[in-house]
Amino acid sequence: MSGNIELLNTALAGTKAEGRAALIAYLPAGFPSVDGGIDAVKAAFEGGADIVEVGLPYSDPVLDGPVIQTADDIALKNGLKIADVMRTVREAHEATGKPVLVMTYWNPIDRYGVERFTAELAEAGGAGCILPDLPVQESALWREHAAKHDLATVFVVAPSSKDARLKEITAAGSGFVYAASLMGVTGTRESVGEAAEDLVQRTKATTDLPVCVGLGVSNREQAAEVAQFADGVIVGSAFVKAMLDAPDEAAGVAAVRRLAGELAEGVRAKRS
Amino acid sequence: MPSDNNAFFVPEPQGQVPTPEGYFGKFGGKFIPEALVAAVDEVAVEFEKAKQDPEFARELSELLVNYTGRPSALTEVPRFAQHAGGGRVFLKREDLNHTGSHKINNVLGQALLTKRMGKPKVIAETGAGQHGVATATACALFGLECTIYMGEIDTQRQALNVARMRMLGAEVIAVKSGSRTLKDAVNEAFRAWVANVEDTHYLFGTAAGPHPFPAMVRDFQRIIGVEARRQIQERAGRLPDAAVACVGGGSNAIGLFHAFLDDTDVRLIGAEAGGHGVESGEHAATLTAGDPGILHGSRSYVIQDEEGQIIEPYSISAGLDYPGIGAEHAYLKDSGRAEYLPVTDDEAMQALRLLSQTEGIIPAIESAHALAAALRIGRDLGEDGLMVVNLSGRGDKDMDTAARYFGYYDASENAGESK
Repeated sequence: MSGNIELLNTALAGTKAEGRAALIAYLPAGFPSVDGGIDAVKAAFEGGADIVEVGLPYSDPVLDGPVIQTADDIALKNGLKIADVMRTVREAHEATGKPVLVMTYWNPIDRYGVERFTAELAEAGGAGCILPDLPVQESALWREHAAKHDLATVFVVAPSSKDARLKEITAAGSGFVYAASLMGVTGTRESVGEAAEDLVQRTKATTDLPVCVGLGVSNREQAAEVAQFADGVIVGSAFVKAMLDAPDEAAGVAAVRRLAGELAEGVRAKRS
Repeated sequence: MPSDNNAFFVPEPQGQVPTPEGYFGKFGGKFIPEALVAAVDEVAVEFEKAKQDPEFARELSELLVNYTGRPSALTEVPRFAQHAGGGRVFLKREDLNHTGSHKINNVLGQALLTKRMGKPKVIAETGAGQHGVATATACALFGLECTIYMGEIDTQRQALNVARMRMLGAEVIAVKSGSRTLKDAVNEAFRAWVANVEDTHYLFGTAAGPHPFPAMVRDFQRIIGVEARRQIQERAGRLPDAAVACVGGGSNAIGLFHAFLDDTDVRLIGAEAGGHGVESGEHAATLTAGDPGILHGSRSYVIQDEEGQIIEPYSISAGLDYPGIGAEHAYLKDSGRAEYLPVTDDEAMQALRLLSQTEGIIPAIESAHALAAALRIGRDLGEDGLMVVNLSGRGDKDMDTAARYFGYYDASENAGESK
């Protein structure tokens, strides 16, 4: 069975045709429980997310701030396994027909086996992976197996990336490009960095891939602001925080649905 | 004929230069977020330039002689050696360096590099606090702003070093995530670096992490082995049968080993933290019990479960309590050139007391792991044996841990006779 890279490409072409940015939500698998995590992903789609990144929690998430660290800790303490991540991808995709990616660090995949991981992810209906600590020059093995199984390889670019390097990265990537809005780890911010628009422009100069912006976006206004210049708006910590702040799992899932609805309005704000 | 102090970067031993991508065999590389790629590349470029610049070697050598107090002594320890098979044992006295450990060798090199890069701020991780103290010291010396990340558990078991860092003007941040030890301090330092990379150098403390750190930290620590190799030949008339050092991340060990790599008759022995025993699962013996994987920016051995989650390590020694290991050690293990053996908490503590009471030298608990390994190896070598053991640091910082371990705080017991 092949992965759903085409579904991802079609979804992003669709939002572009609608003249708006895509809403991409991030939620860790296994948080607050495996089933609760699946419900949260479905709720994000129901609220209006176009694409969801399912996090595979890792013991040493050096690019994540305290909110996602806390969720990862909860998932891992509950004994989360990669099989649970695959089930999350499968059930979320089958229930909605929407593209679901996995976001994680490189060691869990390296240890699990690249072929085994990509084969299982494709079989579960996954559309691709974002691996923020696997830079392009170390990614050949991953890309070989991802391509074999029709999975997208989404690379992260940062404000510090020079133009020549952007070219190298986007040439190797597929699906879309993840543009980090600022120099920092995941977490909600008061404002989205000014560096984001410049980075999107510099990235677009090197590729036809959609360029989606993540890090720091947490509300409708910020989503609307980013949607002016990006092909997609990625929101993670705000969803996780909504779950963490909720009194119980059902309330958390409802909060995710509500937040996705607000953000979906944001990405549809008229472009000036 | 260059003296030790300006022979820093030459000659490079055969076969031990990493590839341009930073690989020693299949270990090493650069597994870092895109946000750090430009900064890490800048460090690599600046270090290559510095290596070619005689002025850099001159400045560093001047500091090592007049500030650190190099060359460090090589002390023969005959009363200790009686317990180690009856041969001859020499200690390379990195504990006598300014700040009390080998860490200052690397720190002064990287601090000079920080100045060359024009960065006003430095961050660093620390386990036992020795790297943190050395970094805070260099930052005071060079007028750099200094922030040290230290696991909360380590701030408690190494409280003296926290006070020293603060005295030197550094900010110490107690890291409360994960196992609250060295691994988590490294994670937090990386997070801080991503956010502040423009004006901040991450002064990495061990010969691990992404390229160029494993090779660069090794090059700054090579002086240990270069001096020791010359000193042992002067004193004993020959090369040793074994060179022994403790390994956490591996910087003091690679520093000692490197000058002996081409001397194939010299056994290179790394003592890992065996904690409560490797079979107990509570240890930090990465090369003995770990598997290849990626942690903190490079491929090496790591202590992990079957799905690649890092397992929290354990050691009585904060400096060895780390689930990774420098890439070059992984390479030396697989090639068979170096041997790594686990030493338990109890063995290390007994060796700590033995050296204290036979030679009047109180070692750091980290270094006591090397001493315990030397006791074992020495018994194999017998009376004709000759060993160099790296005494990587002094034990002042560990007196609280040791006093509790041996019951010295218990007034009813006679200190020195208990346990």
